[in-house]
Amino acid sequence: MPRTRRTRLIRGSQYAAFGLLVLVIALTVDWPSIRDSYLDPSKAAPLFPAILTVALKNTLVYTAMGFAFAVMVGLIFALMRLSPVTPYRWLANIYIEFFRGIPLLLWLFFLGYGVPTATGRQLPFAPYSAIVLGLGMPAAAYLAETIRAGIQAVPRGQVEAARSLGMSASRAMVSIVIPQAFRIIIPPLTNELIVLTKDSSLVAILGVAAGTEELTKFGRDQLNTLVNATPLVVAGLCYLLVTVPLSLLVRRLEARNARAQ
Amino acid sequence: MNDPVNDPVSTVTGAAPDDAAIVVRDLHKYFGDLEVLKGIDFRVNRGEVVCVIGPSGSGKSTLLRCINQLERATSGQVVVAGTDVTDPDVDIDALRRRVGMVFQSFNLFPHLSVLRNLTITQRRVLHRTRAESERVARATLTKVGLDDKVDAYPAQLSGGQQQRVAIARALAMGPELMLFDEPTSALDPELVGDVLAVMRDLASEGMTMMVVTHEMAFAREVADRVVFMDGGVVVEEGPPDEVLGRPRHPRTQDFLARVLHPTAAAPKRSSG
Repeated sequence: MPRTRRTRLIRGSQYAAFGLLVLVIALTVDWPSIRDSYLDPSKAAPLFPAILTVALKNTLVYTAMGFAFAVMVGLIFALMRLSPVTPYRWLANIYIEFFRGIPLLLWLFFLGYGVPTATGRQLPFAPYSAIVLGLGMPAAAYLAETIRAGIQAVPRGQVEAARSLGMSASRAMVSIVIPQAFRIIIPPLTNELIVLTKDSSLVAILGVAAGTEELTKFGRDQLNTLVNATPLVVAGLCYLLVTVPLSLLVRRLEARNARAQ
Repeated sequence: MNDPVNDPVSTVTGAAPDDAAIVVRDLHKYFGDLEVLKGIDFRVNRGEVVCVIGPSGSGKSTLLRCINQLERATSGQVVVAGTDVTDPDVDIDALRRRVGMVFQSFNLFPHLSVLRNLTITQRRVLHRTRAESERVARATLTKVGLDDKVDAYPAQLSGGQQQRVAIARALAMGPELMLFDEPTSALDPELVGDVLAVMRDLASEGMTMMVVTHEMAFAREVADRVVFMDGGVVVEEGPPDEVLGRPRHPRTQDFLARVLHPTAAAPKRSSG
């Protein structure tokens, strides 16, 4: 019995330490000041409904546009990485390593300010072009690697069966391999979507016009207007509204995949 | 060497050259430095059922995979239904439409229903209409006794059912001949019978079949000819009663002794 007793003692002291920590925080922190600075209902109320109908909507739209672009371009680069044509593989490798290696913020500055400064004019369809390319091109580099892994995870026998039935290599890829590859990579793909939802906040530096601002820019602007941090906290909660359900979805999908194997 | 009259293989079988479904001449296959096929002469006539037997690593699956060029021959000639498949200019996709293949591991498309497994190649490769492809698919599934499974997905089926769907998928393309690569080796023993019954029906309908198998009883009953391979060469071939009943070559005798009486001599048969 001494062994179980020792385990119980250690476990008990861990709970006691936790309780003590909670107690110290509750007693020492100045709650009214916290509430007034960060969670002031009177400062939160004027944020609505614009924070949902404009800011959150724009965050979702920019994320979706960037993601759609990234999936399409990522698929192309994944196929190029698997191509028997050596220059295609080089090109794909250069693209992937380039965008995995440079900071997203720098890339957004380049598109939003660098190119217009150099050429003396805005990109066509500004600011959406800078948003889609700015978010989508780096994400495509990550997705290319994910999609390539998915394609390689499809058993060889699938291609052999398709080819033995007379399908061409490209038809087998489109009809048999790619649909299965995407099924395999739904969990990592959803993770990429979560990352992109958060990265879309960097679009704030593009200084987009009224009505096109997303959550972070909106929160930042309201911070100036209201001289209070509450808008940033509410904006953060809005991100969690999107990312937490996606994260739970990934866990469920991963658990299902683990069971299926 | 290509003169069919003096061809040693056609002389053995005594068949006219235009009866040939498969003619293999002096086929060599290397995997890197490993010579898997060491000069194979082999022939299957139209309407004939040929079972290829032999120990693991004897090259029998490789030979079968060279027929529809899933493996490329290193040297030698493979003529299938009058087409030289070793010719680099040949339209291999067009030929494969005429040659059905059944795999040891079924290789059904897991993301598609049974019906779609049968229709996708008909529609994408043969460009049949949706209605026509579904009619053919249902008729073929009825033939293998699985017409009640059209809407099921492969993962919902037993191994034996999956393999019968795989046979139906190949048949739906209307092939001139069928290749079977150890079709029952991945199945639980109690599921083997249903698959063999479908193959037996197919043989009795006159389908040309090349079957790589370990099912000696099936070979004895259904095959017109049995080919025994070992070490990358054809050691012995002939009618099943002769090759399986009175094998002449000691390697054939040794192999059959081990397969038919697995407890008497180790090692047991293995798949692959």
